[in-house]
Amino acid sequence: MLTTQQIAQLLPGQDNVFSWVLQIVFLGIFVVFMFYGQRIQMYIMIREVEGSLFKLKMLRDEGRKMAVSAINEIGKPQFDPTALVDRFLEYFAITPVDLDPSGIIWRLEHLLDVRDIRFKDDVKLMAPQADETQINNLENTLEAALALNIIYKIIRHFYLLGKKTLSLYIIMQVQMVLPLIMKEAEAFSSALKAFQLGQPIGDGAGALVAAKLMRDYEKTKVEKDVVVAKVPIEGRTAYVLKAEGPGGNVGKPGEAIKQILEQNEGKISLAIVIDAAGKLEGEKTGEVAEGIGVAIGGPEVDKYKVEETALKYKVPINAIVIKEDVGDAVSPMRKEIFDAVDGVIDRIKRLIKERTKEGDSIIIAGIGNTIGIGQ
Amino acid sequence: MARRISPFFLAIIMITLVLSLASIYEGIDAYSKNDSTSGSLFLTMGVTTLIISAYLWLQTRRRMLKLGMEMQPLNTTLECQKCGFKNVRDFQRGDYVFKRTEDQCPKCNEKTMAIGSIFREVKEKERAKETGYS
Repeated sequence: MLTTQQIAQLLPGQDNVFSWVLQIVFLGIFVVFMFYGQRIQMYIMIREVEGSLFKLKMLRDEGRKMAVSAINEIGKPQFDPTALVDRFLEYFAITPVDLDPSGIIWRLEHLLDVRDIRFKDDVKLMAPQADETQINNLENTLEAALALNIIYKIIRHFYLLGKKTLSLYIIMQVQMVLPLIMKEAEAFSSALKAFQLGQPIGDGAGALVAAKLMRDYEKTKVEKDVVVAKVPIEGRTAYVLKAEGPGGNVGKPGEAIKQILEQNEGKISLAIVIDAAGKLEGEKTGEVAEGIGVAIGGPEVDKYKVEETALKYKVPINAIVIKEDVGDAVSPMRKEIFDAVDGVIDRIKRLIKERTKEGDSIIIAGIGNTIGIGQ
Repeated sequence: MARRISPFFLAIIMITLVLSLASIYEGIDAYSKNDSTSGSLFLTMGVTTLIISAYLWLQTRRRMLKLGMEMQPLNTTLECQKCGFKNVRDFQRGDYVFKRTEDQCPKCNEKTMAIGSIFREVKEKERAKETGYS
């Protein structure tokens, strides 16, 4: 057992009472940090989440204001559309039951169709003077504002839950994904302005390729909001299709491809699908890559239809993608992406010459949001 | 959203700050009395505690937020379908790629101008940040 004198000898400045007190207090602080360090760390993380939440709220509010001003400017309603916009921002869609996945694709498609019709009708109500292109653009604007609202509410939910329960693990998980979420939220807020003005976005890269190919040829409208042109390329007949622009539209390219395959009784030698794809960190924006498969994003209903019909007629499907960041996909189109289009067209011609013979029919589908891109 | 700092947190910051200053004072005092062992120990403890209290205080401050909703300038390129003359201007509402306009070509005086491209240019610094390891 140590005596007081022996303990005193361990501490420097042993003849100074103030030094003794200081030493003991420092030891006390050390003990406090040992037991409460985790809580202090949690408070620091809560402060960080709170800061990002504040920014998300500002983005959400700014997005809502932009949507309302766009509707007033373009649609010229006779009443204040703010209440309708607020109602729109709270919309939700319930996914179909997946316990029994049989037929889920068709149930999902029906729900998506109902959602699309409902959204368009609401926008027409808010903006009675808007034409079809403007209605599509306003719908995209409102959907971007809706996305921002949802992101803000989810982060706020976990922030308040973590603060209420003082659970380090809830707060830590939110804090860890926060940089990616903030990046996505900033991308959506950049997209809002693009949609409002009808500017082409990065996601429209595939549609731009198709638009360039079908530019001087006669177009016919096929399945919902999709246009097709018969274009002679390298001695082959190419059915080039894209969503109908220049309004914000993705159409149903899967249904259109299915129709063309059925109409031609499967006598299609090759199908090429062009779309934007997410790039890895370190890759350059606008890089082009080739592969196999149906490069169609979204809820996979269209992808399923193309795969089923291609399997039925044994049609090979090739994909060409233009690499871009998730932020670039919803922001106004970058020069690098625009310049990549000519490179994609060269690759298409090369693919056609390598994998088909003269006189064959092929399908070239440009996938993406066609806002700001005509045909 | 109100900005409220926990009183417990504030108390910890104040206590560590006071103790760090006191410790630094003790260290200087010990050095002046030629007691370098005690002096160096007190100074080390004081500086470490000062850093900790400064860090905790910085965490309580809300940094100026950059909203990140600045509009990026977009260029619209008009091309004459007849002579190939190109003209670049700022994007206007209603512009879309391949839109035929009523503008007259300043070179051949024909009304054959169409929008060839619409894009934004990213600065060199941002482009270099993308491919940091290439």
